Amino acid sequence: MKVNVISRSTDEYTKERSQDLQRVFRNFDPSIRTQEKAVEYVRACNAAKLEKIFARPFVGAMDGHIDSISCMAKNPNHLTRIFSGSMDGDIRLWDIASRRTVRQFPGHQGAVQGLAVSTDGRVLVSCGTDSTVRLWGVPVSTLLEDDVSSDKSAVPLETYVWKNAFRAVDHQWNFDRFATGGAGVDIWNHNRSAPEQSFEWGTDTVVSIKFNPGQPDILATSASDRSIAIYDLRMGKPAAKFIMRTRTNSISWNPMEPINFTAANEDSNCYSFDSRKLNEAKCVHKDHVSAVMDIDYSPTGREFVTGSYDRTVRIFQYNGGHSREIYHTKRMQRVFCVKFSCDASYVISGSDDTNLRLWKAKASEQLGVLLPREQKKHEYNEAVKNRYKHLPEVKRIVRHRHLPKPVYKAAATLREMTESRRKKHEKRKAHSAPGSIIEEPLRKRKIIKVE
Amino acid sequence: MGVKQDDGSIMPTSEQEKISDELDIRVKKFLRGEKTNLEGLQDKKLKGQLAVREELFGKSAQAAAKAEKWLLPSEGGYLEAEGIEKTWRIKQESIACEVDILSARSQYDIVLPDLGPYTLDFTSSGRYMAAGGRKGHLAILDMKNMSLVKEIQVRETVRDVVFLHNELFFAAAQKKYPYIYNRDGTELHCLKEHGAVLRLQFLKNHFLLASINKSGQLRYQDVTMGGMVANYRTGLGRTDVMQVNPYNGVVALGHSLGTVSMWKPTSSAAILKRLCHKGPITAMAFHPNGHLMATAGKEKKIMLWDLRNLKDEPLQTLPGNADTLDFSQKGLLARSTSSFVQILRDSSGTQNYNNYMTHKIIKGYQVEKVLFRPYEDVLGIGHSMGWSSILIPGSGEPNFDSWVANPFETSKQRREREVHSLLDKLPPETIMLNPTKIGTVKPQRRKEKKTKEEKEADMEAAVEAVKGIEPKKKTKGRNKPSKRTKKKQEIVANAKRPFLEQQKKEEEQVARKKQKVIEQVELPTSLQRFSRKKSAT
Repeated sequence: MKVNVISRSTDEYTKERSQDLQRVFRNFDPSIRTQEKAVEYVRACNAAKLEKIFARPFVGAMDGHIDSISCMAKNPNHLTRIFSGSMDGDIRLWDIASRRTVRQFPGHQGAVQGLAVSTDGRVLVSCGTDSTVRLWGVPVSTLLEDDVSSDKSAVPLETYVWKNAFRAVDHQWNFDRFATGGAGVDIWNHNRSAPEQSFEWGTDTVVSIKFNPGQPDILATSASDRSIAIYDLRMGKPAAKFIMRTRTNSISWNPMEPINFTAANEDSNCYSFDSRKLNEAKCVHKDHVSAVMDIDYSPTGREFVTGSYDRTVRIFQYNGGHSREIYHTKRMQRVFCVKFSCDASYVISGSDDTNLRLWKAKASEQLGVLLPREQKKHEYNEAVKNRYKHLPEVKRIVRHRHLPKPVYKAAATLREMTESRRKKHEKRKAHSAPGSIIEEPLRKRKIIKVE
Repeated sequence: MGVKQDDGSIMPTSEQEKISDELDIRVKKFLRGEKTNLEGLQDKKLKGQLAVREELFGKSAQAAAKAEKWLLPSEGGYLEAEGIEKTWRIKQESIACEVDILSARSQYDIVLPDLGPYTLDFTSSGRYMAAGGRKGHLAILDMKNMSLVKEIQVRETVRDVVFLHNELFFAAAQKKYPYIYNRDGTELHCLKEHGAVLRLQFLKNHFLLASINKSGQLRYQDVTMGGMVANYRTGLGRTDVMQVNPYNGVVALGHSLGTVSMWKPTSSAAILKRLCHKGPITAMAFHPNGHLMATAGKEKKIMLWDLRNLKDEPLQTLPGNADTLDFSQKGLLARSTSSFVQILRDSSGTQNYNNYMTHKIIKGYQVEKVLFRPYEDVLGIGHSMGWSSILIPGSGEPNFDSWVANPFETSKQRREREVHSLLDKLPPETIMLNPTKIGTVKPQRRKEKKTKEEKEADMEAAVEAVKGIEPKKKTKGRNKPSKRTKKKQEIVANAKRPFLEQQKKEEEQVARKKQKVIEQVELPTSLQRFSRKKSAT
């Protein structure tokens, strides 16, 4: 007879000394965990609820400007610094960590319309309605910075006066050229008092200008004549242009796929384009209910943030038709400029109410250093939520957002309008000869002409 | 060919193959079902996502299988006969001589002649035992230290005891009502609504206390919030055979007419009812994997049923009575009548149970309940003269999981686990016959309609089948050729008739529908509301 029975001595299965950690034994056998799926589903529901409970995206406001914020620029060389320009000609450098002004750059007579920082982070370029372009030296931050120093204002390195007011500026990547937009597109050099190159295509004002992050000689502009144009500095002439139904307020290139860019349009939608194929948009991002004023891609290229005239900030997936997140407060007015922070974890918005606001990019993210166990728990919650996201209960909780009443009502109205338009179109189609009405998707419909 | 090992020797290929085969079997267990077939999917994006996920599942199953093979600390028990020995002839005394002292300690008899018979319950980790004597004796025991935690005398009939989610609380079904006590023996609740309860069961994932009372009322009470979740009249008479299927939380009742009914708290009618025995059902048990049910009837039969595929025939019918049945974690089946205990084992893995061990307690003792102790090779027997504990090698799961049930749990860990299990408390809706359905898509049910050609082919086949039949030869002038042809034609017409009738019916239906459409079309929309609505014919 051979016999053996389970025998566990207490010493082997418990900790030896009181300072030791408790011993943990695992057995992954599915049969000792009954109803795994139901448990996972309940956990997914709880994770979704917890996410809602901990969704506190607003970190803080930075006030100091005395007029509405018109533009912002992030310093590619310094994570916690951001520049903002306002309508009264004031430019400020903010420290995001302490939410205080570090330096002011006085000098502009009218509104500051554009700000850009060189890739090395040393020079700030500003332009405004006073027809001047100013170059500023960016103060080098030191660890022993005295915030109470009286010398908080700087003097410009250079001031270049030009013929017309400016609406936008952007700095070229890696080189010391920058482009301004106004009556035309001008390419400047740091050391020259007049533009190196000037482009004109059409007669209307250029409202936004962005250099391509991958190919430094290519830039995209949008103008008041509802056009979006792409210029190549090497060719010395514009490369491509197309006209949409409404004006594009801002453009942002996807930093990870630099052939693609997204345009923030006046018709409350954003349109993602492939720059090689401009006759149709790749994706239409709907959700705002009023003109989208500014757009900025996350450095990961997976999502972008938009600020709108409807007083909300939204975050979209780069390929998602609807927004992932909406941020609003009672006090925030029309949003004129938004920026994603360089580490993709914060969003900064500048609005009509003279404040800059700092938001978390993921509303329920836990700030600070996480313990490994906390990290694992967050990852687990994220995974179960993702696994059961299609179930109605989980979906309902995850999708729910509180909207300000005007936005909610406007969205309902818009929905009704589009629905009635669709119905009318369908009826018209049903009552006309087959083939006489050509159905065009929204991606194509909004583009009038490609040149 | 071989694989180089750490010590420099080469492992032979055959051994390698053996190991990989063994791993494959384990991997299959951890995959929890077949891989999804992605062939027919047209959505490329979804296909890609699913393929990635499948790969991930495969990897994690591999990792789990490897961990199970190499990292688990202890091995299961076994009992092997040598020579002409038979395992069922081996006595407990001879086992006690062979095993270590620690295990031999769990062989004992507690003699309490005055207050029996005793019923037993273990906590899910197997560390604590509750014993309830019919005459009002309630006791909580720590099985690791072999010490009595608390005993009380309630001075009335106790029919059943059951632990709630941990050893701090237990419920006892007493003469008029069930009560909930804590570990110190303090009465916390009197559950008056339940009435005179015969049997109690606790669903630990759902925190539901299920009870069946004298008048056949099945009740579910949520022990966290205290609400009565469900209260159903079974309508099948008084019974004290109730068992929870641990796999899906469904409560099964065995009735005096030989039927087994299965219940869930969200439906007032039984979700499943079937006749299992010709006599009253005396005991019932579920295999921990939920696929096997054992029932015992008064007509001296024990039957094993496959729950995944309930057919009219049981998987196996064993002779003998059983007053109480229980499955162990490893699938051994214990049955007991009067003073005789038998353990059956599925030795071949084909769900064919054979005699494994037998045990006789002192003649005249009546066994009330047999219950395997989880995570140990021990069977607890509650009988009329106290309770006993015997060793059954190979019955318990040798490796516990600290996060599921920990026999060495400290009070801090217990508190932590209580909070976690409350957070994961399942709603009563998750009790269903097939719990893997949660989170899956309901398949579209489309009626298969036969095409016209298929119907015609069916009819022709039926006619062909009939044509060959020669009518019987009749006598006395009834066998004329004209009559014979007539008969033949009649047979063919009879074969055709059902098809033709079906066809006619369908045609009529289509015509009626067309008529309706025409009627609706005739009037402009604005005027239709004035037309008289015809009652549906």
